[in-house]
Amino acid sequence: MATATHLITEVEPRTDDAPEAVVVRFAGDSGDGMQLTGGQFTLSTALAGNDLATFPDFPAEIRAPQGTTFGVSAFQINFGSAAIETAGDAPDVLIAMNPAALKTNVGDLKPGGLIIADEGEFGARNLAKAGYETSPLEDGSLGKWQLVRFNISQLTLDAVKPFGLGNKEALRCKNMWTLGLALWMFDRDRAPIEAWLRAKFAKAPELAEANIAALNAGHAFGETAEIGSPLKQHHVDPAPAEPGLYRTVTGAEAISLGLVAGCQLAGLPMFFGGYPITPASAILHHLSRLKEYGVTTFQAEDEIAAVAAAIGASFAGQLGITSSSGPGIALKTEAIGLAIMTELPLVIVNSQRGGPSTGLPTKTEQSDLYQAVYGRNGDAPLPVIAARSPADAFDCAIEACRIAVQYMTPVMLLTDGYIANAAEPWRVPDMSGYERFDVGFHDAPLAEGEAVNPYARDEKLARVWIKPGTAGLTHRIGGIEKNVGTGHIDYAPDNHQAMTDIRANKVLGVADSIPDQDVCLGAPGGKLAVIGWGSTFGPIHQAVRRARGRGLDVSHVHVRHIWPLPRNLGELLRSYERVIVPEMNNGQLKTLLRDQYLVDAKPVNKVSGKPFKISEIEAAIEEALA
Amino acid sequence: MTEMVKLTPKDFATDQEVRWCPGCGDYAVLKAVQRTMPELGVDPANTVFVSGIGCSSRFPYYMETYGFHTIHGRAPAIATGVKLANPELDVWIITGDGDALSIGGNHTMHLLRRNLNCQILLFNNEIYGLTKGQYSPTSRIGTRSPSTPFGSVDGPVQPCAFALGSGARFVARGIDVHKNLPEVLKAAHAHQGAAFVEVFQNCIVYNDDVFASFTAKDNAGKQLWLKAGEPMLFDRGAKGLALDREALNLKVVDVEGGDWQSAGVIVHDPRNRVVAHMLVEMPFGTFPMALGVLYDDPRPTFESVLLRQNEEAAAGKRPDLQALVSRGQTWQVAKEPREI
Repeated sequence: MATATHLITEVEPRTDDAPEAVVVRFAGDSGDGMQLTGGQFTLSTALAGNDLATFPDFPAEIRAPQGTTFGVSAFQINFGSAAIETAGDAPDVLIAMNPAALKTNVGDLKPGGLIIADEGEFGARNLAKAGYETSPLEDGSLGKWQLVRFNISQLTLDAVKPFGLGNKEALRCKNMWTLGLALWMFDRDRAPIEAWLRAKFAKAPELAEANIAALNAGHAFGETAEIGSPLKQHHVDPAPAEPGLYRTVTGAEAISLGLVAGCQLAGLPMFFGGYPITPASAILHHLSRLKEYGVTTFQAEDEIAAVAAAIGASFAGQLGITSSSGPGIALKTEAIGLAIMTELPLVIVNSQRGGPSTGLPTKTEQSDLYQAVYGRNGDAPLPVIAARSPADAFDCAIEACRIAVQYMTPVMLLTDGYIANAAEPWRVPDMSGYERFDVGFHDAPLAEGEAVNPYARDEKLARVWIKPGTAGLTHRIGGIEKNVGTGHIDYAPDNHQAMTDIRANKVLGVADSIPDQDVCLGAPGGKLAVIGWGSTFGPIHQAVRRARGRGLDVSHVHVRHIWPLPRNLGELLRSYERVIVPEMNNGQLKTLLRDQYLVDAKPVNKVSGKPFKISEIEAAIEEALA
Repeated sequence: MTEMVKLTPKDFATDQEVRWCPGCGDYAVLKAVQRTMPELGVDPANTVFVSGIGCSSRFPYYMETYGFHTIHGRAPAIATGVKLANPELDVWIITGDGDALSIGGNHTMHLLRRNLNCQILLFNNEIYGLTKGQYSPTSRIGTRSPSTPFGSVDGPVQPCAFALGSGARFVARGIDVHKNLPEVLKAAHAHQGAAFVEVFQNCIVYNDDVFASFTAKDNAGKQLWLKAGEPMLFDRGAKGLALDREALNLKVVDVEGGDWQSAGVIVHDPRNRVVAHMLVEMPFGTFPMALGVLYDDPRPTFESVLLRQNEEAAAGKRPDLQALVSRGQTWQVAKEPREI
């Protein structure tokens, strides 16, 4: 039974003592190092063998004015001794480093949940900045939660005093004090964090030691806490897991590794053209350190140049890859059309964020499905794949590379801000288990009287890939329509019809190389199917599991291949009486399913910049079955 | 190619019908390039012509080499990917004033500052031809066109000044029909790095004779063909360029009886960046049109430095996919899965 029973807040009553899951949220000023704290807590959680999912939530401003509500940065982690699929609906524990962090986050906290507040930051000035007239620590407004408060700032200053740091530098160690306390609360080993701090501050050992002192002080504070205080130590058992080697991975890391693996399996060097954009930049950062894998990274002057250079590299015989987020993908669109027209392999990663326009740069959304499937001039089809989780992104990236080179086509890989930043435990794959898809460049000399035809095709309708530099096969390609038989410029009406059909059929044919759609929870046929794609996998899966636990006839179908859709999907959808499609957009996959299969797919939409809560999907299931 | 067979211009021509307007300057440039290639001794299979959009950008279809007719303004970016993926390829970019300086101005600038080893031939006809005659970013103020019926009001960009300002290490000028064009192309090809060549190209339909003030036979005296180590003389040696030390600028001086030294005429040093700036900025009319290689001072090329850095970063590291995915802090789960 993976439905989490919570340690701190007993929402779902249970009788035994071993808690199954806890949701902790660290919230502070964007300068307080909350993401770092969360990241290290995640590592210690993984090392303790718990399953976990995280949700980093930070402002678009790098250094928003201190103490303001819009400068609050938060990191949520859900961990437990059972399977964890989401970062958790509501925190059991909120660590609030200042009034603004409390104000913006306490509303999410479960009734009865625990607030740990740094009262040293609750002075008049910070209260005013957060919009509090009286201190919530004093005025009883936090009555429905458990509150513990102490002066973390002062305790940190005391702990690091021997190291002679300035006041500002000393206060920077606050997050480590907090982490120390959190490590004590959940019975964690401090050694890996100490090792990490020593490595991080290798050039400034006094800073390493100061931070370790703060970490230890926070831990010791917990150890000496009074009995009867809400501050208790808890132990969360390791989660059951397939045997093997594990690590944590974020979506951005997994995609980078998957792209490297995909290129290696194709036997090609990688050319990655990128331009900085949130939340996609991390992929560029990861890849730029992997030169020994035949990776060339190019930070271009703009999004257009990034994709254009990748297309140029594909023309020259490498696998061109580019990555961005919605606004950047919009800029790349004309060039993607060129890759479709010239039938060159290309992988485009879209780390979706809230849109339109600049939208919500650091918040998640999955509203670029139309853009991916439809968003180009002309009849311009391309395969689209969507990753469902950080770990899944690895296999999706490999799949994108495979389709690109086997079908000579650009492929769009959709991920989102949530997947890109979130971490989860990942069983390290055995790379020898992956099938290779080595590329064979066309280099056969011409027969007597034969002309080069760059648009000669194989049975999959993929055209030949001839690398410049190949003797005797000089040819020209370009964005103008080409003759179906010779590859020369041809504007003839019948020819355009024929080439348009070929381009469409080639991409539709990708469906022959992908697995049939499966039902990931439940059975084919029945009262209700919940169809999802991308990062809504977690909340949908948990919600369907809970609903089935209550005896409801509901199944979960998760679509990875957005275009072309799996061959059996229409039949599968029609086997249910009702179909609902929860999406973090205004109903985009819903439209595609209705269009393709004439099924009465009903939308369940959320566009708040935050992932679905399990309870929201559960409510939608109840409503659909009512 | 194992055997070096002497190629002819014909070997660089495709079987495709050339579709520029009769009398277009592009024909002359195409001929000049096809004539120059055999002299450069290049292998067609190792040569790539990349173009954007516009009349001139049809060029690759007529060259029996590898070619990529891309999208408007993006040829420099595509060419960057081609060259980084395979630095052995000899890359030529064919572009126009609208393609390179309007929609693609950003890419042109960055290609030049990065110093990708390639040749950029910018066909400047001061007009948008393929879209039927609108004024372009190089059109002079007052240009009447379908989109500026009362004359354009915005100042033009000066291509060679733009190139120098962007950090170009080779800047040259040629004229479509002039016999010197192959020499300019050869110099551009010999330069290791981004070689920027502005070709004054006559659009016979929409902007005929726009450069006649120095390209017409009678106006040949307005052409100053620069040669390294030689005095800057024009008008059959009757005039030259000297340094106006008061104004810190160039000035035109008369040369009597070939005695350019006493007239103070300066000798062309293609590595002198300051003089190059003066040459591209001098106003035509009072001054001649500076042609040939204006500036040539190589620096390490983008791809050579980048790929060397890649090699150095990879040195001593073995690509091991299994090790790569196993990086970071890991933990082993040994026990069998429990029931859940």
